[in-house]
Amino acid sequence: MKLVGRAWKYGPNVDTDVIIPARYLTEFRPAELAKHCMEDLDTSFTREVRVGDLIVAGRSFGIGSSREHAPVAIKASGIAAVIAPSFARIFHRNAINVGLPVVECEGIDEDVEKGDELEVDLSEGTVLNRRTGKLFRASRYPDFMLGIINAGGLVNYTRKRLRG
Amino acid sequence: MPQTVAEKILAAHGRRREVEAGDLLNVQVDVAMANDITAPPAIEEFQRLGVERVWDADRVVLVMDHFCPAKDIAAATNAKASREFARAQGIKHFFEGGPAGIEHALLPEQGLVGPGEVVIGADSHTCTYGAVGTFSCGVGHTDMGVSWATGEVWMKVPHTLKVVLKGRRAPWVVGKDVILHIIGRIGVEGANYLSMEYHGDGVADLTMEDRFTMANMTTEAQGKVGLFPVDGRTREFLAGRFQRPYTVHEADPGARYLDTVEVDLSSLEPVVAAPFLPSNVKPVREVSGTTIDQAFIGACTNGWLSDLRIAAGLMRGKKVHPDVRCMVIPATPTIYRQALQEGIIDVLMEAGCSVSTSTCGPCMGGHMGVLAAGERCVSTSNRNFRGRMGHPESEVYLASPGVAAASAIMGRIAHPEEVA
Repeated sequence: MKLVGRAWKYGPNVDTDVIIPARYLTEFRPAELAKHCMEDLDTSFTREVRVGDLIVAGRSFGIGSSREHAPVAIKASGIAAVIAPSFARIFHRNAINVGLPVVECEGIDEDVEKGDELEVDLSEGTVLNRRTGKLFRASRYPDFMLGIINAGGLVNYTRKRLRG
Repeated sequence: MPQTVAEKILAAHGRRREVEAGDLLNVQVDVAMANDITAPPAIEEFQRLGVERVWDADRVVLVMDHFCPAKDIAAATNAKASREFARAQGIKHFFEGGPAGIEHALLPEQGLVGPGEVVIGADSHTCTYGAVGTFSCGVGHTDMGVSWATGEVWMKVPHTLKVVLKGRRAPWVVGKDVILHIIGRIGVEGANYLSMEYHGDGVADLTMEDRFTMANMTTEAQGKVGLFPVDGRTREFLAGRFQRPYTVHEADPGARYLDTVEVDLSSLEPVVAAPFLPSNVKPVREVSGTTIDQAFIGACTNGWLSDLRIAAGLMRGKKVHPDVRCMVIPATPTIYRQALQEGIIDVLMEAGCSVSTSTCGPCMGGHMGVLAAGERCVSTSNRNFRGRMGHPESEVYLASPGVAAASAIMGRIAHPEEVA
């Protein structure tokens, strides 16, 4: 699967409290969460984000709480994938479970600037920055996780398993 | 092959003779817990699976603690949805109102978690139960809904970081200082995907409450679980609480560790984690001029009875600084009542603290004690990210209860010695 999109760029340690602040956590409808996505870090995000955009960030994207509201808010904002050198464990797991592609890609944050157009090939595991021409190789998902992603998330994957 | 504690517990729950770090497997869950934020979406995911009953109603725990007592209509609606699900499913471990406390203090106190078991919680600080030898970790609400249906969860067997604690602590150094020191050394990514396994003669120097505080903050270094050995203190804590027979797992000699961190407890001093990362750790004496607007003593990290005792010991006969609001929240109603009986609450209120019913409250800026722009709080909670306790331009310094109490009196960050 190939994605082409415009990059939003953030630094390292983007935590779940800025992705979706706790004051909005009485809500869990995706469209409502999307209205506040990233607002404590970047107030322009919700105004200017377009469907198919990508987030590129530094290490440890998604550190902090287990709130699945974070990947849900990002996905509902229209973001097609998040690309970072590393992700926090629970965020990574939640993103896979809700079907938000997360791409682990060493060095990507040093090359990409806000607004760059990127090509992401999820099956090949590559990211190309069209501005700089630099091609990055991403780490590959284990087959087990690919099974969850291909089923469209953990609930669909489990439904199939339960039906046997 | 020699195994770590994490490998042994996961092998036993994955019906394998042995596993090794990196293996992916489905494991049986002993307890699956959610709170008032995560239960409602977990219930929706559970219902999408088309399964009628949870796998074992006695092993599902629901705690209404984050925005409860309900702070607004939306919070009340979430608690109601959780309550209705608990009733329909026959879930007896549903905590709300009087019996409710902060989940990560309540579950151990009520004897719901014990050694050698696998516990998942839709809350990142579920790793707290590693203090009693439980393989416990935080998951999201989709994992929770699925585990309610299947009684299982998928796990990647973690590599292990060995943490060797040596020696004895100096006065005023508590578990909070030890874990902040470790996070400061290894960083917020230092234990990503890892199990932290505690060893060494220094473990015996730590109370159960110190261990809960330390295991609680495993997730601040992104660890999956922080496992303490089960010793005499653990058994004493479990006696009369935890009813299931349990297996105590010890690491085999020659078990494989990714790395080892050694900590000489006698070399440590009281510290804070300055904004905006829990790894931004500094000795209290380096930041002791910093003025504060609020002090918070509570949260799943430090709302234990011994924490309240430390605070009351420092505040007896003194007053909270006129420019500071000091808020105390006992983690559970049992702790609250014990503190009442010991006269602790009286001392704290006489000093000018406000005392609240058990709730997560201000820790994540949810309700009560939320910070305005430019305000600064010394807090015994576990996170100091931007906007964690309120306005994005507010600041949180993480510290022990002794440092928080001393700071409340002085109106600035202070070492407990300054007021003792």
